[in-house]
Amino acid sequence: MYKYDNYDQEMVDTRVAEFRDQVERRIAGKLTEDQFKPLRLMNGLYLQLHAYMLRVAIPYGTLSGDQMRMLATIARKYDRDYGHFTTRQNIQYNWIKLEEAPDLLADLATVEMHAIQTSGNCIRNISSDQYAGAAADEIVDPRPYAELLRQWSSFHPEFSFLPRKFKIAVIAADEDRAAMRLHDIGIQIVEQNGEIGARFYAGGGMGRTPMIAPLIRDFVSVDELVSYSEAILRVYNRHGRRDNKYKARIKILVHEMGAEEFIRQVEEEFAHLKGENIDAPAAELERIKGYFADPAFEDGLADEIDRSDPDFAVWLDQNVHAHKQPGYAIAVISLKPVGGIPGDASSAQMDLMADLAERYSFDECRVTHSQNIVLPHVRKQDLYTLWQQLDEAGLATPNLDLVSDIIACPGLDYCSLANARSIPVAQKIAQRFSDIGRQKELGELKLKISGCINACGHHHAGHIGILGVDRRGTENYQLLLGGSGEEDVSLAKITGPGFDEDGIVDAVEKVTDVYLAQRDEGERFLDTYRRLGIDPFKEALYG
Amino acid sequence: MADPVHLDGEAPVEEPAVTLDAFLDQPDATAVRLEDGEDARKLVPYIDRLSLIEIGFSAFGDGRGYSAARILREEGFTGELRAQGDVLVDQLTFMRRCGFDSFAPEKPLNEKDVETALARWPHVYQPAADDRKPIWSKRHG
Repeated sequence: MYKYDNYDQEMVDTRVAEFRDQVERRIAGKLTEDQFKPLRLMNGLYLQLHAYMLRVAIPYGTLSGDQMRMLATIARKYDRDYGHFTTRQNIQYNWIKLEEAPDLLADLATVEMHAIQTSGNCIRNISSDQYAGAAADEIVDPRPYAELLRQWSSFHPEFSFLPRKFKIAVIAADEDRAAMRLHDIGIQIVEQNGEIGARFYAGGGMGRTPMIAPLIRDFVSVDELVSYSEAILRVYNRHGRRDNKYKARIKILVHEMGAEEFIRQVEEEFAHLKGENIDAPAAELERIKGYFADPAFEDGLADEIDRSDPDFAVWLDQNVHAHKQPGYAIAVISLKPVGGIPGDASSAQMDLMADLAERYSFDECRVTHSQNIVLPHVRKQDLYTLWQQLDEAGLATPNLDLVSDIIACPGLDYCSLANARSIPVAQKIAQRFSDIGRQKELGELKLKISGCINACGHHHAGHIGILGVDRRGTENYQLLLGGSGEEDVSLAKITGPGFDEDGIVDAVEKVTDVYLAQRDEGERFLDTYRRLGIDPFKEALYG
Repeated sequence: MADPVHLDGEAPVEEPAVTLDAFLDQPDATAVRLEDGEDARKLVPYIDRLSLIEIGFSAFGDGRGYSAARILREEGFTGELRAQGDVLVDQLTFMRRCGFDSFAPEKPLNEKDVETALARWPHVYQPAADDRKPIWSKRHG
């Protein structure tokens, strides 16, 4: 894992001091709320329906045991004993007091964490593949490249007042586990003729106008990764729309300008920046890579796992992913118990996950964009003991990628932008399909719920998506089908008129019934939908 | 509006800045003003003769002026680069890094706050239009 040196630490400590000063000036009335807002936003502090919400950055979703334990401490000390892991691999706390926020940030800084640029119109925390460094299918570990970009984008003087927020994802495998092409910039680290470089996509996103990012450069050499990013950001900062916040994301610029013209302008800017000495020397990337070297895996471990406990076997089949190293596995801890709030974890659960990461996973855990936690390097012989401890803490729901592994935004229960509640709908759907045998029969089924058109719940990328809207004062839910955030990326389509809260649960069941009746051998829900088109599903819903 | 303050202790250019359109019509002027979103590159052919480029910030959240400033410095402009308008103390470090060396805020800034803000950051992560060495350069000498 990356470790701060004195420079990194001083930067974070300075930020805490600066924010403490800004909060004092705000409380003393020297800053108006209008002036304070962009400053607090650049420190992850939002004013929500009931209180301040603070979002903490988890760079590329990677955490040590100590860091996870600090997240638990913060939940206990400054919040109501829980936190919410987000779709951008961060964590947010819902009940923060403004006057305590500087102390909270100071506590975070003691474990090399911060809330810098987790909101506001700047380059946000960079996300990545939750299986980085453990998956068999990656070219290299993508995180050193993400760390290089993290440093470049931190306190960037030119790009701190962009037209709108800016999200970057970096992956290094053909399988896309980070919804890379639904980001403002999506980077895939690739190998071409023996050289490692970056393939760039730009102009993807969800929100009101979902777009899949087009390819804008097939290969950028690693020693120009940062300057090429800088060229994209400059074109966006200069030409992105500022007249309408709903049209201000880079996807609208790329769309209105056309990918070809956008590419031309980026290339022109890139050529211009070549002499400016923007990229760090190769030694810096090597320094960073040193922190992401493989842990000390043991050789010669057995691959056999005792499956005699049937409950364990169900979890093993569903929540454990293949590891590149013989004798090891990637274990996924579901934060989606039936009836729970997707992505929420209590302080006690976070403490336990920290302990388990230390004991069984080389002191490392990951947050996934689907709001679960990964223990990336577990010896297969430890899986059963691990599962027993998770099970005792209510953390062994065997539903990874099944219909109850729902992504949901906080919705109208917390969020000041929401039109409808998301959490109760997620809970009702999970309850309707609570039988795990039934869920397994349905197979991989990604269900995603947003409580408003801003799409924080990724409904556009759901095999089944649900969008909450406000229809003449009542909550109404639209059903969408056919989205994917993975390498087979596609945007879901609205089926037709919306449903009320119970109606949407019935509607989900009806479309899964169509799938069960019509699927071919080996087809997932998404495959059957793509083969049949939307009509038979509409017929079942409205016919 | 507060009087312009030059950070390097030089006397601010007193000549009034003309608009970009006016300047392109009569390029003998030596002081010009860019509004948010006006193309700084249009000034490149005249950069050697200009003594002041003023960049307007109609709202502090409109960050186009930062790119304009950096572009002008990258193109070799060595005269006074002034940020005018909704310029707040918390933006000064970023402005300074992008090449601004003088400020004419709509509302006067407290001198001590300016000093504190400009002295705050011990390091920077990336090169920009100032001469500060980025952290990677300090790490690798």
